[in-house]
Amino acid sequence: MKRHHALPQDRPIGPSLIIELSARIMIPFIQLFALYVIAHGHYSPGGGFQGGVVLGASFILMAIAFDLKTSLRFFSIRANAIMASSGVFIYSGTGVLCALIGGLFLDYSALDAIIPLGPVEWRSMGVFIVELGVGLAVTSIMASLFWDLSSGGNMDKGL
Amino acid sequence: MKKTALLATLFTGALLLYGTGDFAPLGDPNAPAARHVSPVYIEKSVEQTHVPNIVTAVLADYRGYDTMFETIVIFCAGVVVVSVLRRPDA
Amino acid sequence: MEAILAEIVAKYNYWIYVVLMMIGFYAMIGKNNLVKKLLGMNIFQTAIILMFISSGVKRGGGIPIVNKEAVLEHGIQAASIVNPLPHVLMLTAIVVAVSVTGVALAILQRIHKQYGTLEEDEILERINR
Repeated sequence: MKRHHALPQDRPIGPSLIIELSARIMIPFIQLFALYVIAHGHYSPGGGFQGGVVLGASFILMAIAFDLKTSLRFFSIRANAIMASSGVFIYSGTGVLCALIGGLFLDYSALDAIIPLGPVEWRSMGVFIVELGVGLAVTSIMASLFWDLSSGGNMDKGL
Repeated sequence: MKKTALLATLFTGALLLYGTGDFAPLGDPNAPAARHVSPVYIEKSVEQTHVPNIVTAVLADYRGYDTMFETIVIFCAGVVVVSVLRRPDA
Repeated sequence: MEAILAEIVAKYNYWIYVVLMMIGFYAMIGKNNLVKKLLGMNIFQTAIILMFISSGVKRGGGIPIVNKEAVLEHGIQAASIVNPLPHVLMLTAIVVAVSVTGVALAILQRIHKQYGTLEEDEILERINR
């Protein structure tokens, strides 16, 4: 089985059982809560920006508690770039799709012509699709900003 | 240098506080910011979009254009930091 | 004197946030270290965001998250819900503040790599040499 974490003696501060164990327990729950905040933007305070920042913060916690290379093994630079671009693409693509079908730019009720759900229900669904795009973009940019700023450009040794 | 900065700060602060004399008092329902467009958003948004959270409905539906450029701004910030910091020279 | 006191009590939130803004403004122009100037700008932006959100409060108003079935039946009064427009605009302002801080920190790292210091007068001296 491939080892995901760096060996304890290679890390900058050495082995630390409490930090590693508590981070390993908390990170999946933080990510699950972040997905909950993104998906419940309709019914409670939340939405794309807020949930995206919490999801990006889980990768930053991984980079602080373990090692920068451990965080890169779970979320590689290539996947980061693809996720950021696809977040912006989903948002603008929805707008352009609405314009191509017949309505105005970012007029979600015009998408009623593809799948007939009713124009008011399509507005609610359009808000959800758009918040998903925003969440993807904000997640990857938060993680990328932390990696770049804490390692000075070479993704070698973080904080 | 620090004395000039302090004087400029106090002068700007006095000017701003003089400007708050025209604001509506705190909690006034007839403040100028709460007229013209905001009552339309509060009264009509649930029946037009079926989204109970008025802030998300205004952010992603009525003002969706602003949010699209917002996402592009944060994407550009990530690209700029990559291009400034990830260079092969020392 | 009475009139000024009555004004301060009626609009106390604007006075508090103007004081916070001036603290950030003094840090931006009165300090020498570049990181302290950047943090002053951050304080300024935070004070402006808080001032806008506090300007939308209504006496006895509730938060802008409503019960869908109750509103679709009865309708809603605009004076019973807090103004949602400043909340929306300040979400954008928070994201802009984060982006500007990220880019400024990256530029500060390059300046430190090139000139070896982060004090403004030493950098100006090394440029002019």
